[in-house]
Order: sequence, then C-alpha cells, then structure tokens
Amino acid sequence: MGDAILRVQGLSKRFDSEEVLRDVSFEVRKGDAKVFIGPSGTGKSTLLRCLNRLVEPDSGQVWLGDEEITHASDIDGVRRRMGMVFQNFYLFDHLTALRNVEIGLVKVLKMPRREARDFAMSELARVGMDRFADKYPAELSGGQAQRVSIARSLAMNPEIMLFDEPTSALDPELTGEVLEVMRRLAAGGMTMLVVSHEMEFVYSVASEVLFMEGGVIVERGTPGQIRDDGATGDAGQGAPRQFQRTRAFLRRLDG
Amino acid sequence: MQSASILIESLPNIAWGLFTTLGLVIIALAVGFIVGLPLGIIQVYGGGSILWRALSRLSVLYVWFLRGLPNLVLLFLFYYGIFPFFGISLPPFFVGATVLGLRSSAYQSQIFRGALLSIDQGQMQAARSLGMSRPLAIRSVILPQALRISLPAWSNEYPILLTDSSVCYAIGVMEMLTRASLQVSRTRAPVPLYLATAAIFIVMNYLGMTLLHRAERRWRVPGFGGS
Repeated sequence: MGDAILRVQGLSKRFDSEEVLRDVSFEVRKGDAKVFIGPSGTGKSTLLRCLNRLVEPDSGQVWLGDEEITHASDIDGVRRRMGMVFQNFYLFDHLTALRNVEIGLVKVLKMPRREARDFAMSELARVGMDRFADKYPAELSGGQAQRVSIARSLAMNPEIMLFDEPTSALDPELTGEVLEVMRRLAAGGMTMLVVSHEMEFVYSVASEVLFMEGGVIVERGTPGQIRDDGATGDAGQGAPRQFQRTRAFLRRLDG
Repeated sequence: MQSASILIESLPNIAWGLFTTLGLVIIALAVGFIVGLPLGIIQVYGGGSILWRALSRLSVLYVWFLRGLPNLVLLFLFYYGIFPFFGISLPPFFVGATVLGLRSSAYQSQIFRGALLSIDQGQMQAARSLGMSRPLAIRSVILPQALRISLPAWSNEYPILLTDSSVCYAIGVMEMLTRASLQVSRTRAPVPLYLATAAIFIVMNYLGMTLLHRAERRWRVPGFGGS
C-alpha cells in the first residue's frame, strides 16, 4: 500500500446520459505493468485519460504518489510526471522525429537546447529510431512513428507510462516493433498502464490483467490465473471459474 | 505617337505612387495579421471563463461588422467620423492603411480560424500530456502548423489589398490611382494612362504572388499542410 505510485478510488465519468466509468478503483505499485482489456466502448481509454485529466472525471480520487491530483491546480506539473502514448501517435506533424522528442525537454523542462538535443537523440536510440532523427512524421511508418512517440514521453522521465491501445492503429506486421519496445520497458522496471488486446504480449508482461465491461472492472487477475482458470473445470464438474467473462471475451477476440 | 509621349512624361509620376500603394498594402497586411491572428485564436480557443466567451462573441461581432460594409463606406466612416470623434488626426495615408488593415483582419481571422479548426485535436492532447500549458501548446505546437496551413489562403489577401488600396483615392492618398487620375485630368488621355496603371498593378500582383509561393515552399514540411 505504502509504495503505490498511483491510487485510483471510485472514479466515475459520464458523457451526457452514458455512464462511461462507474466507481473504478485500483492501485499501481512501482514496476507494475497493469493491462486493461475489454470490449470497445467500455471506458478503458477514458479511464487512462481521466488519470492525467485530459478528460475530467466527475467523481473519485487519483493519487500520484502522495499527491491527490484530481483537484491539483498544477495539472501541467502532474502530467509531466505521467507519460502518455496514444493510439494514433499524435506526433507533432511539423517537427522532425528528433524535434518531437526535444520539444518537451526545451519548452517544459527548460533544458538548454544543446543538452536537450543530445538527450533526445539518446532517447531515440533507446527505441531504435536514432537513424530517423531528421525524418518528419509523414515520412515514417506507423510503427516507427509510435516508437518516436514513446521516446517523446520517455524523455520527460515519467514516473508512470500510460499506453492507450498503442498498436491498434498499426498494420499487423508493424505491431511487433512497438511491443518489443514496450516489453523492454517493462523488463527495465518501468511502471505502466496499458490498454491492449495483443494477448501474447499481455500475458508476457502484465503483472495484472483487468477486464473492463460497461465502465466497471469486472474481473482481474494475473495472466497465469486467467490462463489456468477453468482448465480443470472443462474436464468435469464445477471448480468455480473466476474469469468466465474474461475468457468469453478472449474467445471472441480469437474467433 | 501623341499618347507615347504623354506616357513617357506621366509614367514616372504615376509609378512613384507605387511606393505609397505598397506601403498601404504592407501596413494593411501587418495590421490584419496582428489583429486577425488573436481574433482567430480567441474564436477557436476562447471557451471557458465568461471573459473569454464575451471576447469571443465580441470578435464575431467585429468580423461581422467589418466584412459587412463596403470598403469605401468604412473608409469614410473612419476618416470623417471615428478618428475625428476620438480626436485622432492622422494623415490620410495612415487612415487608409489602418482601415484596409482592420478590414483585412476580419478576413484573416477567418482564415486562421479555419486553419486552427483543421488541426487534429490529438496535437493539443499530446502537447498537454507532455505538461505544456494551453497557451504554450498553442504557441509551440498548434500555431506553427496552423500558420503553414493558412499560408495559401492568406496569400489571397495580397492581391485583394493591392487592388482595394485604390479606394484610398477617395480620401486623397497619393497612391497610384490618385496620381494616374491627376495625370489624366492634366493630359486628357485616360486610356493609355489607366492602361499603364493597370499594367503596373498586374506586374506587382505577379511579383508578390511569386514571393508568397516561394515562402510557401520554404516553410513546407514533408507530407504536411497539403501544399
């Protein structure tokens, strides 16, 4: 409890009449990789956006470290500590890959230009994109663009990274390079919250999988628990299955 | 032969008005930009507090007013009415440049508004997620893109202002048309003199547009902004 980096308590959000998030609670410890799965439109993206308040939650609390941030006045300072990677990358279209990574360092962290440049270059190298430093976003493949956007967030040295379906806008053959970068990040101890349905990846990095449906966390467990659940149940009588809905969803995914 | 000698005699005098005309155009473009850009920004991003919403409303009214009146009416209103009322006495040249500029600002604001609206909201979200404030995000991410997108449409303001500047004739600014008509009343040869004036306008138009296209190319970013 004490070493929770992020604590979410009773988070709710509605858009007009639709209740997108209902009383969502969980906590994230240092080095955790929590993965949210679930049908589309069940509030996973909204949840991530409520955490750094790109979307303002209606009620509930979020603590980043010891600081309650749902009412923090310095929201920019809070966002600086949380990296966010978007489904559609959202690289700054008028800047080269290098300048995309550099701009936060220079404009937000006030790092001297020279130093920022070197640092940005090393961040690009970390995601294997240093050779493309001078390319503009329009000249990059989706996978390359997403790696640059990860570097852009990482450069700010965040305490936690939020990944909002980072590979779902990519052609299948390009997801691998992005997942590989994320895998390395997780292995390096980066704390992360991920929305993803790349189950092979999810099983290999997740410290916990949270299945959301209709704005609530319905089931949650480690990859092992979910995979093994019902494995014996199929053989005969009812060992109670804890992850029925998760597994039903995953079957539909495979289907 | 007769008209040739009239031309040779009068042309330098008319051409001298080129500087006045260019002065009007450049000042008007600048005033239009300096006033129009904030107006466009306010109209797109001026949500939130009551003050901003009021400003946004006001800017819509301003645009509506300035676009709704003929150039000449506006010019007379300012020259005989608004400036004297506030005790401002400016030489006709500056009154003309200001009025052309304010009118252009109304049009320019809508060019910038359109460009700002065309930018994916994700750009703002990404900027904010890095910890940029809204003003900083607008300044360092949104505007550099919006201005590039604006440039082709903005370039239109140059030929419009160049031709519109001739209304300043009505308040006696010594621009090209004023000088041409003075020469015409002296020489009674309207056709060659107005033809010559027209030619100068056309050439200026061509040169200016060439310059603007060059600027467009210079600031172009691969695969971005369409141009």
